[in-house]
Order: sequence, then structure tokens, then C-alpha cells
Amino acid sequence: MIRNRALDADGAGAWDGGRLAMIRVCNLVKEFGKIVAVRDISFEVAEGEIFAFLGPNGAGKTTTIKMLTTLLAPTRGTLELDGLDVSHHKNEVRKRFGIVFQDPSLDNELTAYENMDFHGVLYKVPRHVRRERIEKLLRLFELWERRADLVKTFSGGMRRRLEIARGLLHTPRILFLDEPTLGLDPQTRNQLWNHVRMLNEQEKVTVFLTTHYMDEAERVAQRIAIIDHGKIVAQGSPEQLRQQTQTQSLEAAFLALTGTTIRDEEPGAADEMRNVARMFRR
Amino acid sequence: MSAIYILWLRQLKRYVRSRARVVASLGQPLLYLLALGYGLSPVFQKAGQGNYIQFLAPGVIGMTVMFTSVFSGIELIWDRQFGFLKETLVAPVPRTVIMIGRTLGGATTAILQGLVVIAICLLIGFRPTSAGTLLLALVYMVLIALLFTAFGTAVASLLSDFQGFQLVMNFLVIPMYFLSSAIFPLAGVPPALKALAIIDPLTYGIDGLRGTMTGVHFFHPATDLAVLSAFAAALLLMGSYLFSRIQL
Repeated sequence: MIRNRALDADGAGAWDGGRLAMIRVCNLVKEFGKIVAVRDISFEVAEGEIFAFLGPNGAGKTTTIKMLTTLLAPTRGTLELDGLDVSHHKNEVRKRFGIVFQDPSLDNELTAYENMDFHGVLYKVPRHVRRERIEKLLRLFELWERRADLVKTFSGGMRRRLEIARGLLHTPRILFLDEPTLGLDPQTRNQLWNHVRMLNEQEKVTVFLTTHYMDEAERVAQRIAIIDHGKIVAQGSPEQLRQQTQTQSLEAAFLALTGTTIRDEEPGAADEMRNVARMFRR
Repeated sequence: MSAIYILWLRQLKRYVRSRARVVASLGQPLLYLLALGYGLSPVFQKAGQGNYIQFLAPGVIGMTVMFTSVFSGIELIWDRQFGFLKETLVAPVPRTVIMIGRTLGGATTAILQGLVVIAICLLIGFRPTSAGTLLLALVYMVLIALLFTAFGTAVASLLSDFQGFQLVMNFLVIPMYFLSSAIFPLAGVPPALKALAIIDPLTYGIDGLRGTMTGVHFFHPATDLAVLSAFAAALLLMGSYLFSRIQL
């Protein structure tokens, strides 16, 4: 069992090697009108852990991440990050995490460098550190040559790389990665996971990720939770999940737990609006 | 502080880079000045009201500042749709600070746009009483800009799509412009129309601009300043509140 940081705050000397809960979710429910997106889920992620949250489309992964990152208020239940109640200490919570979103979140009218710099200023990365890290990350994701170009001239893959580079600019205590490798080539995926593992080992960053690629989850994550129809159907290490389902791979375990029917996702309101916006713009 | 600066800078960069938008948004004031200005000039003169361009120019300047401000505020919808809003909303910066940065940025672009229109007005024959009055006019422009950027932000915080935006334009923004005494003098209009003008915050902005630049006031300048400031403060508070409650 993972212990609670708040309970340990005054007994720090009595550290017994048990890991603290960096993320604690308790009986979380999110309803949008009649639709229940998340139905009473509970889980914990230990400090320094790499935790994968897997599930078919529309299972409630992104909704959960939105609630954990202060973008959405839960209908019921409690969320804690680093011992802080997310609903009541939004700003303190925001100082502790970084996130790479599933959907685009760049300013297309700014250059790659300006997007990075904007992020660095908001996260109070000191100027000289900022410059150094921006260069390092843009080089790592092979965007340095295009740093002065407007993001609207970038291809989908380049934009995705920039999103990731930006998400790694400050070193948070918790890093949320919502399907970070969607649309990336194997080279970039490799770079990303190497970098994430490095952050996890050297900087003790706790990582919470979602992905549709089971091989990635199997390789990177220490613990996995599988969510389906808004409920957690299984939790444990990749081995445990394989044993539990008596399968040979995580992919087979995933299918055994969630079935083989293809899920429909609500057509994203954002997609529709983007089309309308295209008509209105200039 | 640095967060406010970078948010302000972003708005400014976007403004400077969208040249097409800058030029397009000058079309409307030009049309008003040339078509209405020259078209109605003889009638206005015959009615004993003096030079219509002198009357209209401050109205068109105020209109430009107002429209650009509302649009800057409403840009929030774009940021929401294109996803960039998420980036600012998860940052460890209080929402009020984000709102202030955005509002200052939007207001600055509106003032720049207003200055361009002042130059156009001077070119086509508008003559303020003295050059110094332009400085005082700037005070009114700042107030109008803050008020309507905050208004745009407040409205955009409540909307998630562009259909709602059209509704706001047609039923709030454009009426506020037409009822504001920008194109006709308030003296002698029917009481109902006058009542509407009195509850329209832009009326005080236009009256203030016209008063400082041409010396013709409808309200007392102190009234103009007080009402505008009060509206601006109220909308800034309301905008901050609504902005802080945005969920994605």
C-alpha cells in the first residue's frame, strides 16, 4: 500500500522506504449531463513510478487527465497530487506537473522558439537555463533548424515533436503524457521514451501516461491500469496483468479485458469547430 | 510580472503578423468616414449642425477601438478551439494574471488600431481643436479598449462556439455602436432612443472623445470619465471571474 504524503509530513524521520503516493484518486466520478464518462474509479501512483493508463477510445482516459490537471472539475470524488487536493489548491498543484496533451495546444502564429519561450516564462524557468534547455530539446527533437519558423508552416509530425519538447522544458515532479506518441515515427518515439526514462531515473519524475501502443506501455511502465467504459477493470504490473488473464502479451491481456469490439468516440466538438473556424479566419 | 509581459507580447506579435486582418479591419472605419461622412455632410450642414466629418470622426475612432477590443477578447474562442488555451490554463500562473496579460495585450492592439484611424481622419480633413487634445483622447481610448477587451473576454468565457459569437455581435456589439451617438447627435432624439444611449457604455467613450477633440460635449467630461471607468472596472472583474471558471 502506498502511504499518503500528508500523513507523513510530520513523521518524515520515520521514513521506512515505503513510497509516497504522488497521485491519489478516490471514488472519482465525472458526468456530462446523462453521459457518465468516469464511473467511480480509484487508484494511486507512487512517487517516482512510471504508470500507464490504458483503455479503448472513449474509455475516460483523457477526462481523468483533465481532472487531474485542473482543467475539469470532478462531479464527485477526490483527487490528490503530491498530497494536495486538486480542487482546492489548483495553483500549487499546477506548479508540480507538466503535460503533453493529446490534442494540439501550440500557438500556430508564433515560431517554434517563441512557443518554447512562452512556456518557459510561464513556468518561471530562469532565462539562461531556458535558453540552454530550449536549444537542447529543439536539437533533440530535430527542430532547431526550424526554430524561427511559424508553427503554422510545420507538418503534423513536427508539431507533435514541438509539443513534446515543450512539455519537457521545465522539470516537473509529475509528467502527464496523453498519447504522446500518436503520429510519431519510430525514431522520435525512441527519443521520447529514452528521455522520459532518463527524467524518471535521474530527476525522479513521476510519469503518468496513456497510449494505444501496448508494446510501449509494456516496455516503459512499471504499473498499468486498464480502464473501460469509465471503470478500472484491472491494475498491476505488466506481468501481473498477463498472469491474471493467462495471456502471453500485454496486447492479448488488454483484449481479454476490454473485448474486441471497436469503440465509437463522440465526434469531437473541437474537430467540428476547427472546420467552422477555417471558414471564418481571414 | 513576466507572465503578464509574455502574454501581452504574444497578443502584440499575433496582431503585427496578421497584416491581412489589420488592413481588413481598417475597411469598415474607412467606409463609415467616406460614405457616411461625405454622404450625409450636406444634410447635416443644412440642419444647422455644422461639419459632419468633425462630428463623425471621433465616433469612428471610438468604434475602431471598440470593435478591435471586442475581437481581441473574443480571440479566446480561437485559443480554445485551436487548443492553445489549455497550455495557459494548466500553467502555474493565477488565472487573474492570465486574464490581465491577455486584456492588456488586446487593449494595446486596439489602441494601435485607433491611432491608425486617427491618422486617416486627419488625412481626410478632420481637425481637432489642438494637437494636445489628442493626448487626452488617448485616455479615453485606453478606457474604451480595456472595457471592451474585458467585455470580449467575459463573453468568450461563456461561449464555446462561433454561432454564439454571431449572436453577441448582432445583438450586443453592433447595437452598442449604433446607439452610442457615434453617428448622430443625442440632442433632440426621441426619449426611448436616448434612454438606450444612456445605458450604453460606449456613449460615454464617444462623448468623451468628441468632447476632448472638438469641444462638443453632451455629458460633462467628469461624467464620461467616471462612467467609463466604472464600467471598465466592473467588466474587468466580471471577465476575471468568468475566465477563472472556464473548464475544458
